[in-house]
Amino acid sequence: MSTDKTAIRRGRRAERELTDEEKLELELAEQARLAADDWSGGVAPGKPAHFWPSFRRLIGLLKPHAWAFVFVSILGAVGVVLAVLSPKVLGEATNILFEGVVSSLAPAGATKEQVVQGLIDAGQQDLANIVEAMQNFVPGAGVNFLALSRVLLLVLVLYFASSLLMWLQGYVINVIMVRTMWRLREQVEAKINSLPLRYFDRVQRGEVISRVTNDIDNITQMMQQSLSGALTSVLTVVGVLIMMLSISWQLTLVVLVSFPLMGILFGVIGPRSQKAFGIQWRKVGRLNARVEESFSGHALVKVFGREQAAREAFREENEELYQASFKAQFLANIMQPAMMFIGNLTYVGIAVFGALMVAAGQLRLGDVQAFIQYSQQFTQPLAQLGGMAAVVQSGTASAERVFQFLDEDEQEPDAADAPAPVEGDGTIEFQNVSFSYSPERPLIHDLSFRVEPGQTVAIVGPTGAGKTTLVNLIMRFYELDGGRILLNGQNIAELTRRDIRAKTGMVLQDPWLFAGTIRENIRYGRADATDEEILEAARATYVDRFVHSLPDGYDTLLDEDASNISAGERQLITIARAFVAQPSVLILDEATSSVDTRTELLLQHAMAALRRGRTSFVIAHRLSTIRDADLILVMENGGIVEKGTHDELIAAEGAYYRLYNSQFEQAAIDLDEEFRVEAEEAATRGEGETADETAPVN
Amino acid sequence: MLAKLLVRYLKPSVWLLLGVLLFQFASALAMLYLPSLNADIIDNGLSRGDTEYIWRTGVLMLTVSLGQIVASIIATYLAAKAAMRAGRDLRDDIFARVSGFSEREVTGFGAGSLITRNTNDVQQVQMLAMMSATFLVSAPLLAIGGIILAIEQSVSLSWIIAVAVPVLLVVAALIISRMVPLFRTYQQKLDAVNRVMREQLTGIRVIRAFVREPIEEERFREANTDIMVVGRKVGSLFVVLFPAIMLILNVTVVGVIWFGGIQVDAGEVQIGTLFAFMQYVMIILSGVMMASFMTLMIPRASVSAERIGEVLDSQSTLERPANGVVEQPEPGTVEFRDVTFTYPGAEHPILSDVSFRAEPGQTVAIVGSTGAGKTTLVSLIPRLFDVTGGAVLVGGVDVRQADLDALWSTIGLVPQRPFLFSGTVASNLRFGREEATDAELWHALEIAQASDFVSQMEGGLDARIAQGGTNVSGGQRQRLAIARAIVHNPRVLVFDDSFSALDLSTDARLRQALWRELPDVTKIVVAQRVSTITDADRIVVLDDGGVVGLGTHHELLETCRTYQEIVESQLGVEAAR
Repeated sequence: MSTDKTAIRRGRRAERELTDEEKLELELAEQARLAADDWSGGVAPGKPAHFWPSFRRLIGLLKPHAWAFVFVSILGAVGVVLAVLSPKVLGEATNILFEGVVSSLAPAGATKEQVVQGLIDAGQQDLANIVEAMQNFVPGAGVNFLALSRVLLLVLVLYFASSLLMWLQGYVINVIMVRTMWRLREQVEAKINSLPLRYFDRVQRGEVISRVTNDIDNITQMMQQSLSGALTSVLTVVGVLIMMLSISWQLTLVVLVSFPLMGILFGVIGPRSQKAFGIQWRKVGRLNARVEESFSGHALVKVFGREQAAREAFREENEELYQASFKAQFLANIMQPAMMFIGNLTYVGIAVFGALMVAAGQLRLGDVQAFIQYSQQFTQPLAQLGGMAAVVQSGTASAERVFQFLDEDEQEPDAADAPAPVEGDGTIEFQNVSFSYSPERPLIHDLSFRVEPGQTVAIVGPTGAGKTTLVNLIMRFYELDGGRILLNGQNIAELTRRDIRAKTGMVLQDPWLFAGTIRENIRYGRADATDEEILEAARATYVDRFVHSLPDGYDTLLDEDASNISAGERQLITIARAFVAQPSVLILDEATSSVDTRTELLLQHAMAALRRGRTSFVIAHRLSTIRDADLILVMENGGIVEKGTHDELIAAEGAYYRLYNSQFEQAAIDLDEEFRVEAEEAATRGEGETADETAPVN
Repeated sequence: MLAKLLVRYLKPSVWLLLGVLLFQFASALAMLYLPSLNADIIDNGLSRGDTEYIWRTGVLMLTVSLGQIVASIIATYLAAKAAMRAGRDLRDDIFARVSGFSEREVTGFGAGSLITRNTNDVQQVQMLAMMSATFLVSAPLLAIGGIILAIEQSVSLSWIIAVAVPVLLVVAALIISRMVPLFRTYQQKLDAVNRVMREQLTGIRVIRAFVREPIEEERFREANTDIMVVGRKVGSLFVVLFPAIMLILNVTVVGVIWFGGIQVDAGEVQIGTLFAFMQYVMIILSGVMMASFMTLMIPRASVSAERIGEVLDSQSTLERPANGVVEQPEPGTVEFRDVTFTYPGAEHPILSDVSFRAEPGQTVAIVGSTGAGKTTLVSLIPRLFDVTGGAVLVGGVDVRQADLDALWSTIGLVPQRPFLFSGTVASNLRFGREEATDAELWHALEIAQASDFVSQMEGGLDARIAQGGTNVSGGQRQRLAIARAIVHNPRVLVFDDSFSALDLSTDARLRQALWRELPDVTKIVVAQRVSTITDADRIVVLDDGGVVGLGTHHELLETCRTYQEIVESQLGVEAAR
C-alpha cells in the first residue's frame, strides 16, 4: 500500500528533505562547479560587493598574531634594506675592478691629475672624464684585491643575511597563515552548530559546503600568495627607488619610463584577458553540463539512438571551448614576455644612458651595474603587485561570502538558568502553538492537544500540511511564534536543547549515516552505550540479521554515503541508533519510498519494537499504523482539522474520512476483495494456512 | 602515461611545435645577445670613450629587444594553439570512447568519475602541455644557450657555471622532492576536512536530534588540526626554496666577480666580458629555476593522465556484431533463456538461470526486493550489459547477434531515474524519433497522462526543461519519460519502476491508456507496487538472483511464499479485514 509516494516525494521537497535524486543532482552540480574552479589560469570570478569593509575584516583575522606580524614586518624591512644595499655594494666591487684595470694602463708613480691631463692631451676626453670620476685611482697599481675581497665579503654577508631573513619571514608568515585558517575553519564549524535549522532550510546545502570549503581554500591561497608578498614587494619598490635616486636621478627617470608602459600593458591586455577568461568559464560550464548530461543519461542516449547526435553536439561545444581557451591562454601567457620586454627596454636604456654618463664622468661603471640589478629588482615586485590585484579581489569576494555566513543570525542560546528536566514518562502537551516559516504564510495556528505516556500519535494529511514541521517543533528544531509545548509538564522553550533531545529519539526519512563502522553508527545514539546494549538494539531492530552476512560484521566500514549497504539496511541502522538512545519520546517518519517491500516488512517490525512503551509521533503512511494509533491528528494547511481514533474519525465523515477514501480505501477494498476470494478458495480446499498468514478473514 | 598522452596529442601539432621551437630559439638568442651587446658597449665604447658607438649599439639592442618580444609572442600564440588543440582532441576522444561504453564500463567507472576525467583531468594535462610548450622549451634553450655563450665569453670562468648549476639542481631537487609527497598529503587532509563538513551538513538534523554537536566539533577539530600541521610542513619547505635559490644565484655572482677580477687584472678577460658573463649566469640559473618549478606541476598532471589513460585504454565490452541481424523474425517477443549475469568483480551472479518469455502485446511484471536484480534484468533487454550465461532474445534474435541500432529502434526504455535532458518538452519527447509530429507528441502525452500539465506549462511543448529535468516534479518527470519512450514507437516497452512517483489513480489511468492504445506493444514492467501489476499476464518473482515464482497474481498468491510476503508487506496483514 505505498499509496502516496507522490505525496511523499513532493512532501520531501516542500520540507527540504532531499531525495536521493536531488542529492545526486546537487552532487553533480557541485562537481561541475569544482571542475570549473579547477580551470586555472584565470582567477575565480566574483567581485566583492563591499571590498574595503570585507578586506579590513579579513586583515582583522590576523589580529591575534599582531605582534608576530610586527616582528615579521621588521624582519621584512631589514631584509629588504639588505637586499637593496647589496647591488650598490657589489657595484663598488665593479668599480674597484674597473679602476684597477684602467690604472694598470697608466704609468706607475704618476698622479691621477697627471693621468687625466695626459688623456685630455691625447684627445681622449671621455676616458679622461671616466678617470676623473674614479675615487681610488692609483696609476699602475692594478686591481686592489684587498679592497675587493673586503667588499665581496661584505656582499656575501649581506646576501646570506637577506636570504636568512627572507626565509625567517616566510616561515613566520606561513605559521600565522595556517593558524588563522585553522581558526576561521573552527569559527565556521561552530557557526554550523549554532545556526537555526531555518537557515539550512533556506539555503542549498551544496552552497554552504562550497562556501566553507572552496572559499576558505581561496582565502588561504590569496593570503599566502599576496599578503606575504605584498609587504616585501612594496618595501622593495620603495627601497630600490631610494637607492636608484641616490645613485643617479637621471637613470632613475629612465627606469620610471617603464611605469606608464606597464600601465598601458595592463590596461590593454588585462581587460581583454579577463573578458576572454570569462568567456572560457562560460564555455567550460556549458561543456561540463553537456558531458554531465550525456554520461548521466548514458543508457538513454544509447537506446534512443542518439549517440551520434550527442557526439556531434559535444564536438561543436568542444570546438567553441577550444577557441575560447586558446584566446584566453594566449592573452594570459603573453603578459610575461611583455613584462620581459619592458624589462629589456629598461635594461637597454640603462646600458646606453649609463654608458653615456660614465663617459661623461658623471657616473662610475659599478653604479651602472648596480642600476641594472636594481631595475631587475624593481620590475619583478611591480609585476607581482599588478597580478595580486585580481587575486586579492577574488580572495576578498570569498572572504565576504564566508563572513556573510558567520554573520547569520544564530539560534537563541540556551538559558543559563534552565531548569533541570524532570523525570517523566513522556507526556507531551501542545498549548495554543503557532508557527510559521515566513510571516506571510502562517503554517500552524493555535494548535492544542495532549498525549499521554506510551501513546502512539499518527499524523496524517496531504503534502505540505505541516506534518514534519509539527514533529520538528517537539525537538525544538524551530522556535515557536506563540503558545508552548510541554514535555513532562515543562515548557521546552525553557529547557536546554540538549535536555529535550536527550529525551527524544528520531528516525528520519533520510537514513543519514556517517562514514565509520556500523557499530559506531549505532553508538551514535548514545555515546556511552556498551557493546551489549548495541547488540541488543541491533537484534531488536533486525540489524543483526544482515550484519552477520557482512564480512566484517559490526566493524564493516560504511563509506561516506553508506552506499555499500542497501537503503533498507541503512534505515534499519538508523532505527537501531534511535533504539540505543532509549528515548522516552519517539519521532518516526514512516516514509519508506526507496525501500523494497520485504525490507519494509522488517522495518515495520523494527519500528514497532522501537515504539513499544514509548510515546511516539509517527508521520504515518501505512494503514496499519494509523488504525492502531491511540490518536490520529489530521493536518491540513498547518492546522489540525481533526483528531480522534480511526473509528471515531470514520464515523464523523470529515476530513479524515475523505482522505481515507481517496488514498487508502480503493486499494484496500480492491485487495480485500481479492484476498477474500483467495481465502475462500483456500478455505474450501482446506488449506487455511495461506489465508491465515496473508489475510485473516474478517 | 603522461608522456604518452602528451606525445600522442601533441603529434598532430608537430609543425606548430616546430614553430614554437624556432621562435623560442630566436627569442632566446635575442635574450642572450643583449648582454654581449652590453659588454660591447663597455669594452668597445666606454673603455675607448666612443659615445657614438654606444648610441649605435643601443639602437641595435633596442631592435634586438623588439625582435625578442615579437618572436616570443608568436611562440606563445603557437604554443597556446598546440596545447589547447591537444586538450580539445583529448576531450573528444574520451567522450567518443565513453559514448561507446556499455553500461558495464559506465557503472564500473561511475558517471561522476567519468565526468571529472573528461573535464578536470584533461584540464590538468592541457595546462601541462601549455607550460611545456612555453617554459619547458624556453628554459633549456636559455640555459643551454647561456652556457654556450658564457663559455664563448670566457672559457676560464665557465667552471663557475659547472659548479653552480649542479648545486642549484641538487638543492631544488632536494626541496621539491620532499614537497611533492607533502602536497599530496595536504590534498588528502583537505578532502578529509571537506568530507567531515559535508557529512555534518547533510546529517545536521540527526546530529542535533542526538545532541552530538560536541563530538562532531571534536571530529572536525582533528581534521582541521591535521591540515594545519601538514600546511605548516609544506609551507616551511616552500619558504626555503626561494631564499636558497637566491643565495646560490648571488654567491655565484660574487664568485664571478672575484675570480673574474683576478683574470681581468691579469689581462686575460675584459671587464665588459665579466658583465656579460654575470648576465649569462643569471639567465642560466633562472632557466634552471623555471624548469624546477615546472616539475612541481608534473605529479598532479601525472595522476590525471593515469585516470585519462584508464578510460582510453578500456575496451567497450559492447562489441557490435559485424553483420548484425536487422530483420526480427518474431517482432515483439522477449525471451530470457537460462540467463545468468555476474557483475565484473562480484563473487556471486546477481541473476542466475532466469528464463521466461513474453509474447507480443503481453505484459510481464518483475517483482522482488532491492538488490534482487530487477534493474539488471531489464538492462539486458536493450543489451546495456552482455549476459554472462544463457541468452536474451528480442524479436527472436539473440541480442548479441542483432544490429544494435535496429535492436534499439524496437525498444522503448523508461529508466528508474527518469532522466530528462536540457532543452524543451518537445526536444525531450523527440529524443528517440526526431521526425515525430506535434500530433504524435500530444498523443503520447495523453497516454502518459501528461498532456494536462504540459498544456498548462508556459509554452506547452516548447516549455523549457532544465538539465536533469529539475524544474518539473518527480511524477511529471516520470510521465514525460514514459511519453518519450512511446514517441520512440517501439515494439517493446521497458518500464523500470516507472510508476513509483505517480499517485494511485494516475497510475491506474496511465496503465489503462497504455493497454488500450498500445495493445500490440509488449510491456516489461518492474514494479514495487502490487496494485500496478495485479493484471499482468505474467509476473516474474525474483529473490536472491533466481526466479522463485512465475505466474499470474492469483497463481502466485497461492504458490509463492515470497510473493505473499510482498503483498502482505504492502497491504498489511489487516488490509483484508
